[in-house]
Amino acid sequence: MNDALPTWVDVILVPLINLLLALVLSGVVVALIGKDPFEALYILVNGSVGSAYGWGYTLFYATNFIFTGLGVAVAFHARLFNIGGEGQAALGGLGVALVLLNLPLPHWSVAILAATVGAALFGAAWAAIPAYLQAKRGSHIVITTIMFNFIASALMVFLLSRVLLVPGAGGSPETARFADAVHLPNAYDVLPWLGFSRSTPLNVSFFLAIAACVFVWALIWKSRLGYEIRAFGHSEQAAKYAGTSPTKIIMIAMLISGGLIGLMATNSVMGEAERLVIDPVQGAGFVGIAVALMGRSHPVGVFLAALLFGALYQGGGELTFEMNGMTREIILVIQALVILFTGALDNMVRAPLEAAFLSRRRRPAAPGPTSPKGADNDPVTGTQS
Amino acid sequence: MTGPGGTDAAEPLAIELRGISKAFGPVQANKDIDIRVRRGTIHGIIGENGAGKSTLMSILYGFYRADAGEILIGGRRVEIADSQAAIDAGIGMVFQHFKLVPNFTVLENVILGAEDGALLRPSLAKARRLLTDLAHEYEMDVDPDAVVEDLGVGQQQRVEILKALYREADILILDEPTGVLTPAEADHLFRILKGLRDQGKTIILITHKLREIMEVTDSVSVMRRGEMTATVSTAETSPEQLAELMVGRKVLLQVDKAPATPGDVILEVRDLHVVDDQGVERLKGISFDIRAGEVLGLAGVAGNGQSELLEVLGGYEKATGTIRMKGRPIDVTGTASDARTRRARGIAHVPEDRQREGLIMDFHAWENVAFGYHHDAMFGRGVLMDQAAMRADCAAKMERFDVRPPDPSLAAKNFSGGNQQKIVLAREIERDPDLLLIGQPTRGVDIGAIEFIHEQIVALRDRGKAILLVSVELDEIMALSDRIAVMFDGRIMGERLASETDQGELGMLMAGMTGAEAAE
Repeated sequence: MNDALPTWVDVILVPLINLLLALVLSGVVVALIGKDPFEALYILVNGSVGSAYGWGYTLFYATNFIFTGLGVAVAFHARLFNIGGEGQAALGGLGVALVLLNLPLPHWSVAILAATVGAALFGAAWAAIPAYLQAKRGSHIVITTIMFNFIASALMVFLLSRVLLVPGAGGSPETARFADAVHLPNAYDVLPWLGFSRSTPLNVSFFLAIAACVFVWALIWKSRLGYEIRAFGHSEQAAKYAGTSPTKIIMIAMLISGGLIGLMATNSVMGEAERLVIDPVQGAGFVGIAVALMGRSHPVGVFLAALLFGALYQGGGELTFEMNGMTREIILVIQALVILFTGALDNMVRAPLEAAFLSRRRRPAAPGPTSPKGADNDPVTGTQS
Repeated sequence: MTGPGGTDAAEPLAIELRGISKAFGPVQANKDIDIRVRRGTIHGIIGENGAGKSTLMSILYGFYRADAGEILIGGRRVEIADSQAAIDAGIGMVFQHFKLVPNFTVLENVILGAEDGALLRPSLAKARRLLTDLAHEYEMDVDPDAVVEDLGVGQQQRVEILKALYREADILILDEPTGVLTPAEADHLFRILKGLRDQGKTIILITHKLREIMEVTDSVSVMRRGEMTATVSTAETSPEQLAELMVGRKVLLQVDKAPATPGDVILEVRDLHVVDDQGVERLKGISFDIRAGEVLGLAGVAGNGQSELLEVLGGYEKATGTIRMKGRPIDVTGTASDARTRRARGIAHVPEDRQREGLIMDFHAWENVAFGYHHDAMFGRGVLMDQAAMRADCAAKMERFDVRPPDPSLAAKNFSGGNQQKIVLAREIERDPDLLLIGQPTRGVDIGAIEFIHEQIVALRDRGKAILLVSVELDEIMALSDRIAVMFDGRIMGERLASETDQGELGMLMAGMTGAEAAE
């Protein structure tokens, strides 16, 4: 992807520096409201990864972000900016709820398969309309997907308050609880000796998220379809030259993207809430964009970035409990700073690093023949006819 | 050959560059360059693509800052930090791609950025007077009130020159100015340049065309791989010598080929029409045949429908009309046929824009060698691709087509233009197609690779294949084609046997004259 920087700098050092900058600035914000930034950092880290309890939540959030991050990443490869994750994940939740409330599923293992299908189908269907508008009418996918978030939100409120509402449930807009038979084993059930609490939200859909990572890796880098998606993402004109239909690629990439994002519901709706509530997504659709950006649209990167954001969510939650005056809004500011630095301001760190590495590489090469790496990559002075 | 002042050695130098160096990352684009250009001369700078000509001129015009070296204008040392400083120093630049606002008038474009005050009226009035004088002085008749997008490219170029003169440029740099011109327009440009020189202006002409250097310059500098290899007086050199200086070895400027022995008709095109998204008719009834074992050259100034024709034949632009391949019809409406099915019918396509269409620049060479043929069973059956087979296929093709460096894992963007083109050619020719569509085969390709590519085209013809060659380089069309068709404004103006026509006649057809007019 980048010739100027060694791979380790590109994928590890740059994100780390970005993260550090975000934390430093967050520290300034914390200090400005009169709190001790180092204490806040300690609580943030300790609360997220300092105990099995913390890990349970960190990995639970990370599972959500893996799904949404992967979905955004697949669309990125086709140069489509899917910011409709909120809506697609909400619809995924609806799919899960409809499947689990209406099918007599005997066991959680069958139920998670059925829920996977339901979540993916509904998520994909919600992405299909913007995809079609983009492919056939040229309506910009950024605009349409974000509008569809609002439509989804309104649709969910309508359904939960009028259609799926349980009579006599105290009037709170939510569906009935799913049957006990489809309860997903959580981390305590699977790995009791690791010290997770009985009520930890981390559940087996974490493994589904890892499977999704492998699926996306094989899809993008090993399959014919992934080859076409990447080619289209680099140049639509080239894709047409090669005989690939842009309409087909836009539709397929967005369906897969929406499907993956919808899968988030197997974790949040099926694994944790065990019923469909208002706003089951909680911003994970938007975090997925930051995760995909920071993870450079690669499943391994998405996985690691999702862990980071999971830790930020959990640690941030702890902060509001443990520190007086650390309101939800301050936590949002910190999370926003991380997103800003790792996603949007990536080039701020990258460009100077590139310059530094280039000048370092050039200097030893200048007197003698060029270094082997330089010569290989060099279109001008490289070995030529 | 010598203009006034051309022989006067006492005259101060208009431009002197001393020891200019510039590196982009690991690439040394300019290495210790010295140039001395006398006032009132036309100085050519020639070199292959990537030799560093444009970088050098960008330094002179303030787009880049040199890592080392100094610039002297009229004997005085100057710092050129940005293009405004260059303009202040009396330098004007005419870019290859014009920097004009299409929906402004000529007058508005000329004063843009050089307005005298907040109100436009006085500036416009002043510019109008000046423009009329200049146009008269240098035979550059351009209507000051015409909207630029309505003008032809030749006229637009004159607007660019007028822009520079309006800013009182004494030194005019032209970057590949004839790339978009017909031969007649190029001749007109050269007359203008000679006129400017005779008025005492200094002109630097950047080009890769030897013929232009010989025709119009007083002296010429040759660049190769970032270095200035020689500066000679044009009167004392020859095209062969310049070519050798550019490439670093002797090159064959002529293509060796036996007369064609055309066989059956392979491709039959009848009454092809294309209407683009804006509703403009780009092809207005194109008809022609290509036989086995012949090269049909399609000449014409860029933008007269050649690109659309290639896209229709290649299967990714809709059209109406009929195409027959070996007697069997091909669907041109785009409903039942795309680029993939064209390949299955034996049509291979080397597209005009290899960086935007022919290759995915960020893909490895081995991924690019399968591009367009990636559904082929040899690259794996089923959903996954057989990447080992792709790599092996790439390595084999790289060896046969002498791609350097022969490394399948390198990204396409890391190869030189010539080697990128060889990758595309290897992919398309090795499929043994019945028909090869090839657009601008040597655009942005170094002279050494041009020879190789031309040999491959002729060899394919001699194996009895049909070839449609589209090129804006008339020399290339004449060297390779057996028959030549000329396109203008979406029509074929005429068809000639290559052996029975000349540059003059083709030039007139390219300018839109009918066959009868051109024959006179």
